[in-house]
Amino acid sequence: MELQAVLMAAGGGSRMTDLTYNTPKAMLPVGNKPLMWYPLNLLERVGFEEVIVITTREVHKMMSSDSKIKLDVKMKLDVVCIQEDGDMGTADALRHIQERIKTDILVVSCDLITDVALHEVVDLFRAYNATLAMLMSKAHEFTETVPGQKGKKKTAEQRDFVGVDQSGKRLLFMANEADLEDGLSIRKSIVRKHPRMHIKTGLVDAHLYCLKKAVVDFLVDNKSISSIRGELVPYLVRKQFSKTTNSQKIKDDAEDQNQKKNDGPTNHELLISSRDEPLLQLAQERSCWNDHRGDMSEAYHGGKLRCYVHIMDEGPCYRVNTLAAYIEANRLAPKLFEEPAVHPSAVISERCQMGSDSIIGAMCQVADKTSIKRSTIGNSTTVKEKVKVTNSIIMHGVTIEEGCNIQGSVICSNAVIGRGADLKYCLVGNGQRIEAEAERTNEVIVGTDQLMEI
Amino acid sequence: MADSGETEGPGSKDVIERAKNEGRELTKEEKQRLRKEKKQQKKGKEKKDDKASQDGEKQKKPVSSASPAPQPATQPPTQKAPPAVPALVPVPASETPPPGDKPAKSKAELKAERRARQEAERASKQGKKGDVGGQQVAAGKPKAPPSELQPVVKRLPEYMQADNPEVLKKLAKKLERQQIPLRSDYGYKVSLFSHLHQYSRKAPLTQQLSIPSTVIHPAIVRLGLQYSQGIVAGSNARSVALLHAFKQVIRDYTTPPNEELSRDLVNKLKPYISFLNQCRPLSASMGNAIKYIKKEISNIPSQCKEEEAKSKLLTCIDCYINEKIILAAKAIAKSSIEKISDGDVILVYGCSSLVNHILCEAFEKNRKFRVIVVDSRPRLEGREALRRLVQRGISCTYVLISAVSYILPEVSKVFLGAHALLANGYVMSRVGTSQIALVAKAFNVPVLVCCETYKFCERVQTDSFVSNELDDPDDLIVTRKGKTQLEHWQDVRLLGLLNLVYDVTPPDFVDLVITDLGMIPCTSVPVVLRVKNVDQ
Repeated sequence: MELQAVLMAAGGGSRMTDLTYNTPKAMLPVGNKPLMWYPLNLLERVGFEEVIVITTREVHKMMSSDSKIKLDVKMKLDVVCIQEDGDMGTADALRHIQERIKTDILVVSCDLITDVALHEVVDLFRAYNATLAMLMSKAHEFTETVPGQKGKKKTAEQRDFVGVDQSGKRLLFMANEADLEDGLSIRKSIVRKHPRMHIKTGLVDAHLYCLKKAVVDFLVDNKSISSIRGELVPYLVRKQFSKTTNSQKIKDDAEDQNQKKNDGPTNHELLISSRDEPLLQLAQERSCWNDHRGDMSEAYHGGKLRCYVHIMDEGPCYRVNTLAAYIEANRLAPKLFEEPAVHPSAVISERCQMGSDSIIGAMCQVADKTSIKRSTIGNSTTVKEKVKVTNSIIMHGVTIEEGCNIQGSVICSNAVIGRGADLKYCLVGNGQRIEAEAERTNEVIVGTDQLMEI
Repeated sequence: MADSGETEGPGSKDVIERAKNEGRELTKEEKQRLRKEKKQQKKGKEKKDDKASQDGEKQKKPVSSASPAPQPATQPPTQKAPPAVPALVPVPASETPPPGDKPAKSKAELKAERRARQEAERASKQGKKGDVGGQQVAAGKPKAPPSELQPVVKRLPEYMQADNPEVLKKLAKKLERQQIPLRSDYGYKVSLFSHLHQYSRKAPLTQQLSIPSTVIHPAIVRLGLQYSQGIVAGSNARSVALLHAFKQVIRDYTTPPNEELSRDLVNKLKPYISFLNQCRPLSASMGNAIKYIKKEISNIPSQCKEEEAKSKLLTCIDCYINEKIILAAKAIAKSSIEKISDGDVILVYGCSSLVNHILCEAFEKNRKFRVIVVDSRPRLEGREALRRLVQRGISCTYVLISAVSYILPEVSKVFLGAHALLANGYVMSRVGTSQIALVAKAFNVPVLVCCETYKFCERVQTDSFVSNELDDPDDLIVTRKGKTQLEHWQDVRLLGLLNLVYDVTPPDFVDLVITDLGMIPCTSVPVVLRVKNVDQ
C-alpha cells in the first residue's frame, strides 16, 4: 500500500466559537453539506478506499445520522474517537493511532475545501523521495462583510514566512511571525546551499501533509511534539540542513537498521533509510541529474531529509476556521460541484423569486412572494411569505416568519426569526429567538450560556 | 528424389519400428529422419502431380548422368558435381539408382542420400535464382524452396508506429486490459518523426492514476515518475533503479492460491513494464535486464517454496548488478587506463557514468591528463560531468558542441559513452555523439567507445530516424533577458520543435570499443552477442 489517509476532525473551531459552540466544526453545514464531507469527497475522487478519521464521540454520532455522509461517501471510514476536552494536538493524535499506521500517510484537516489535483503534491513526495510534502495556496481576500465585526478587519493574524528555492518546490524555511522576536534569521548553511530563496508571506497552509512512516515512528519517541502544523513541520524543515543528518547518516545506516528499534527513548534522530539503500545510492550516483547547479555538491547536497511544497496559484482552497472563511466558503463551495440548486424534496411556491446562486436544502418550505438571493437555506427550514433573504446563510431547522428582511447574516440551526424582523449583518446563534419587529445591525446574537465560555 | 524418399521410407521405418518394439525412445537422429521423411513424402506427392511436365526433360538427363554413376556407392561424387548444372538434374539422377536397392541400407548410404537431397535442394535454389526465364522445371518444386526462403514478416514494435491508428487502438486496448492509463501525445510532431511518440513533462502519467496506486506497485509508480521527470537518467542509472524497484516488487509479492510463482510473477511484471514504457521508452540495457529477470523467474522449479524462491531472485538481481555493472565498470576502467597516457588531452561528451568513472580511476592512478567536456543543449548534461571531474581535481575545459571543430586540434583521444551497441556495429548514444565522432575522424583523432556488454542489443539500425526518442519539445524554449521567443510555438502552424534524444554512429568512425570482455572492434558486436546467447 502506498499511502494511508488520516482525517483530523477533532478540532474545536476555536476561532469561530459563535458557530461552533453547539455544532462541532466538522459538521458545520457548508452549502448544505457537512464540512468534513469536502475533504472526504476529495480523497474519494482521487481514489482512496479507506480513511482513518480521528474525531470526537459527538461528531461520530452526528456522522452516523447524517445522510450525506452515509450515502455519498463510499470509502471505508475507520473512526477513532478521542476525548474532546483533552488537549490533544494533531501530532498527539497521530501518536495515538500509531499502530494502525503501516505506510506513509496523508494527513488532511476536516476544514479544507479545495479541488486541488492531489497528484501534484503526492508526485513531489514520490519523485524526490521526500520526507514531507505539503500543500499551500495563495491567500484570497475575503470580500464579504462579516457579521459582528466592528470596522475593517486588520490582518492582525500572524503571518507565516515561507522560504522556497528557485524552482518553487523545495521548502527551505518556515516560521511564524510569533516565533520571530527580533527579525528573520536564516542560517548560513541554507544560504550557502541555496543562494536564491523566495520568501513568501501571503500563503495559506492547507494543512494537507504527506509524511513518511519514519516521521510517525519519530513522533512516538518524541512526545514533546504535539502539533503537526505548529511544531512538527518547522522542525522537519529545520532538520533538512542540520549538520548531523548528512555526515554520519551514511556510515551509521547499515548498523542503525538493526538498532532502530532498540534505541527507544534516547533516539531523537529521525532515521530515514530504506532497504537496499546502497542500490538507491548507486542509481543516484550514476544518474546525470542534479537538483541544483553552481556548486560542487551532489544532488540534494547529500541530504536525506527533504521537504517539498506545492503552491497552488489558482483554484479554490479554503480553510474554514474563521467566520469570514466560513461565509466565503459557503458562497463558493456550491460552485465546486454540479448539484441542483434546489433539493427535490423542497416545496417552493411559484411566486418565489429565487436567484440562480442560491441553494435550498431538503424538505424546505418556501412560501409566496419571497425573494432569496445569493443565499444558502438549510434543510427543513420554513420561510414564510414576503420574506427577503439576501446574501445570507440559513442553517437547518430555522423558521423565518412573515415579512422578515435578512441581509448578509448567518442564522444558525433551529433559530426562530419573528415576524417583520430586520437583520443586517448579524449572527444569530443556535436556537435563538429573535422577537418580532426587531431591527438588528451588525450584531452577534447568542445565548447567555455561551457568553460565559469566553 | 521423391521416389528415393519413398523408397527410403520403408527402410528406415523398419528401424524405427524396431526401436519402438524394443521399447526405447527414438533417438534424436531417428526423430530427425522421421521428420525429414515426412517432408519428403509431402514433396513427393506434389512431385507426382507435376511429373507430367517434367518427364520430357528428365528422360534426357538420367541417361547422361546415370552412366558415370552406375552404382549407388558412387552417388556422393556425382551428386557434388551436378550442383553446377541447372535445376533438377541431380534429382532424376538419384531417381534411377535407388529403385535398385530396397533392402536395409547401411548408415553410410542413408547419409549419402540425405546429403544428396540437401545438394539437390541447394541446386534447385540456385537454379531458381539463375533461371530468370522461369522454366516449368523450376516450377516443379514450388513449395519446398519458397517455404525455406520466405522472409519472416517482422512486426514493427508499436513504439515506432505512433501515426498508425490501428496500432494505437490495439495499444489502447492492451493498456485498458492491464488497467494502465494511456499517455497522449503532445504538440505538433515534425513529419519525419511523426511515427514516434512525443510526450509532455507537464502531463505526467500519474495524473490518471489513483492515489494510492493499487494496480501498479508504488515502487514502480515512483520509478516511472522519476524516469519521466528526468531524475533518473542515464542508461546505467535507469537499469539499477529498475532492478531496485523489481526487488521491492518481489519482496511484496505473494503467490495467489492455485498459481505458480514462476508463471504468475512474470504476468504481474508485464503491466509494470507497460507502465514504465508509457512513462519513458525503455532503454536497451533495461530491456536486457528485464529479459534476464524473466528468464530467472521462469527457471524457478515449481517445488521451490515461496520464501526460498524470492530470496533466490533477490540474490540473482544483486549478482546481475554486481557483475554487469559494477565489476564491468572496474574491468573497463582497467583496460582503458592502459590507453590513457601522460600528457593526453581527452575529449568527452555529455555525462556518461562509465566515462566519468574511467577518468576518475585514471586520475587516481596518477596519470597526467586533462579533459575537455563538450556539452549541448537542451540537456546540458556536460555541466554535471564537469562538476564530477573537477570535484576530483581533474583540470577540465568546457565547450559547447558548436565549438568542437575549434577545440579538436588540441585533443589526443575521444572517449564516448554508449546507450546501446547495435548488432551491425553502430553505436547508439546521446544525440551529438555521431557529430563528435565524425569531426574526430576528420582530424584523425582516435575515438574510443566504452560500453558494458549488457548494453549490447540485437537490433540493427543505420540511421537515427527509424527508431529514436522524442523528448518534450518545451525543453527547447529558453528565456533570455526576460524574453521567451518560442513561448507560443504551438500557435505558429508551420513550426515544429524537435528534441531528439539519441543518434547512431557508424562503425567507421569508431576505432575501438572497450568492453568488460576486452577491447574489440565495432564489428565484433555480433560475435559477442552470439557468445552471450550460447552461454545462456
